[in-house]
Amino acid sequence: MKLTIAGARVIDPASHFDQITDLHIAAGHIVAIGAAPEGFSPNQTIDARGLIAAPGLVDLSVSLREPGYTRKGTIASETRAAAAGGVTSLCCPPTTRPVLDTPAVAELIFDRNEKAGQTRVFPIGALTRALEGEQLSELVALRDAGCVAFTQGLAPIKSNRILRRALEYAAGFDLSIIFTPMDPALAEGGMAHEGPTAARLGLVGIPESAETVALARDLLLIEQTGVRAHFSGLSSARAVDMLADAQARGLPVTADVAMYQLLLCDEDLAGFSSLYHVIPPLRSASDRRALRQAVQEGVIQAIASHHQPHEPEAKRVPFAASEPGISSVEILLPLALTLVADGLLELPALLARLTTGPANALGLPAGRLELGGEADIVLFDPVASSHIGHNWLSKGANCPFLGQGAPTVVTHTLSHGKLVYQA
Amino acid sequence: MSLTPSHLQLNHQGQLRHFLTIEGLSRELLTELLDTADSFLEVGERAVKKVPLLRGKTVCNVFFENSTRTRTTFELAAKRLSADVLNLNISTSSTSKGETLFDTLQNLEAMAADMFIVRHGDSGAAHFIAEKVCPQVAIVNAGDGNHAHPTQAMLDMLTIRRHAGDFKNLSVAIVGDILHSRVARSNMLALKTLGCEDLRVIAPRTLLPAGIEQYGVRVFNDLRTGLRDVDVVIMLRLQKERMQSGLLPSEGEFYRLYGLTRETLALAKPEALVMHPGPINRGVEIESEVADGPQSVILNQVTYGIAVRMAVMSMAMAGQNAQRQLNQEAQ
Repeated sequence: MKLTIAGARVIDPASHFDQITDLHIAAGHIVAIGAAPEGFSPNQTIDARGLIAAPGLVDLSVSLREPGYTRKGTIASETRAAAAGGVTSLCCPPTTRPVLDTPAVAELIFDRNEKAGQTRVFPIGALTRALEGEQLSELVALRDAGCVAFTQGLAPIKSNRILRRALEYAAGFDLSIIFTPMDPALAEGGMAHEGPTAARLGLVGIPESAETVALARDLLLIEQTGVRAHFSGLSSARAVDMLADAQARGLPVTADVAMYQLLLCDEDLAGFSSLYHVIPPLRSASDRRALRQAVQEGVIQAIASHHQPHEPEAKRVPFAASEPGISSVEILLPLALTLVADGLLELPALLARLTTGPANALGLPAGRLELGGEADIVLFDPVASSHIGHNWLSKGANCPFLGQGAPTVVTHTLSHGKLVYQA
Repeated sequence: MSLTPSHLQLNHQGQLRHFLTIEGLSRELLTELLDTADSFLEVGERAVKKVPLLRGKTVCNVFFENSTRTRTTFELAAKRLSADVLNLNISTSSTSKGETLFDTLQNLEAMAADMFIVRHGDSGAAHFIAEKVCPQVAIVNAGDGNHAHPTQAMLDMLTIRRHAGDFKNLSVAIVGDILHSRVARSNMLALKTLGCEDLRVIAPRTLLPAGIEQYGVRVFNDLRTGLRDVDVVIMLRLQKERMQSGLLPSEGEFYRLYGLTRETLALAKPEALVMHPGPINRGVEIESEVADGPQSVILNQVTYGIAVRMAVMSMAMAGQNAQRQLNQEAQ
């Protein structure tokens, strides 16, 4: 299969490439940029005039729900949704059933993805067995099975001693650890940002200190052990400050933020809609401002969807009883482009937060357009507008953006040179 | 998008069709409610305590949390309006079999109920039912989590209006566990809406929610300063589990610092009203002699509760009926 993408504005943040040109693809790889190789006759040519071609997005957090929670989503349904959002590489967290704490589960995910998937999948392994916080998973075996990083997620670790040892062990093998800082005792029972909105609604608050106390501990242990570390889904202004301080001290820590955290805030909970129930919670408008600024300044290198699809029943209950999470991977690029429309970032810088930023954070071989490299490419129309929810693909319709307009349309997504999505 | 409470609980003509929270309701509407309740108080004094406003209507008391007292006053109120009343204690029936709130309520709706009186442990439960489960049934919130208890607030307002007069010139203090109190939240909203300018809350920092200032209240950590010259003292019930969660050292210390006693009540105005939503903890938040004393209107609150609930039910039913007619005409 040979393919030419003709006349697109090709943007590659990794190489600072930005010009209108042609991309030629054969056997899943980019074989030429600009003039076609001699004798190249494509089976298909996409007329991409007026479109932008960029590396397929790298999403550091997409819950595929398989194995174990296929009523919420499957590898087939959620990778199809991801492709529609311009994503060609994604990391899936270990919160499956069984937990991704053995090579067998990783193999199962790769097998299913091989058969039914539409994107590349990079699994994140569980730091401890069953995420119970007591005994380390076989981290090296999991790495050999394809896990690109390890996390405890929001599951509590039994003690700081166990965490310290886990980090030391991981550092010895140069493994990457992903932290979602949340002190379980300070967050206990909470379901919304502790502030005026939660107070008015009578919802139990999660204080900012639930994040910052855990973050402070994590930073100290990262410094002590020298482990490779990435922070996932930061939510508060104070946490961003602490992260920036650590980076300024020379600690090589990276971070991502959930796309929806850059658009929503706790005031959106006013109508008690369970669609806004997420953990870490939507925080204040000033926290949101700080998160956006951190993305702009590069303190936060990556924007991720933090996609969590649910069956309707999980949200068709009062706010407090609902399961947290938003289904949004299939609108990652349209939502992210609102940041360009808002003047927060230039388009190449935004694309960096969606490609090289996340890829570099975990050392993933993805997120760039280069001669001889994988043809993982997204094409989008930056001036068309779309209606979110039209042709919804994720199994989870738990998305508060449904029905809204978006300032862009993903027209084509190519994974390994194959067209996996076309509008 | 989710509807804000004010959109949800009013029909297209601005009449009440659900009663979920005080938030977003106008002073005129609250005053109309109090006036209607005043007129129903007279019904309670008759030999035949019935009016036919809800004749032929079915009112379901759907209580997911036990509360004999509140349920009884709703039941009495519905019967005095001539409604048929069904009492469902859900905490011990369907949900223990795994049925969801959604299914339970839809089943009740299918039995042609006209009004649900709902008490539930989750904040926002009544809102959820009105918006997502059965918008055609009039929903009255009888307490949802820590969020709202609007009929309690309105019976407190009726008590204050009848015994202390116009809200504008009153100093009102709410004392105790504000953080966990749906009564306090609804009372603060009602008092501000009705024009109370000097509203105070008195509690230790651990029992105050973040952002309490949004209610337009003055915050006092010291009871003796806060009670000075107030016209109305609303005491809140203190739950025993607050001691376990590190919010307070002991009942004894709480009583010494925040208990309403003859001595501390003396700091308020001489005729100051003493109120409590009940059930009271004698010797924990209030001294027996004060609870039973001449300034206490705690039992009057209970009496007024029936009239207020009659007013809420008759108004919400009328508003819901009007909306149904509008919807039918639109079809």
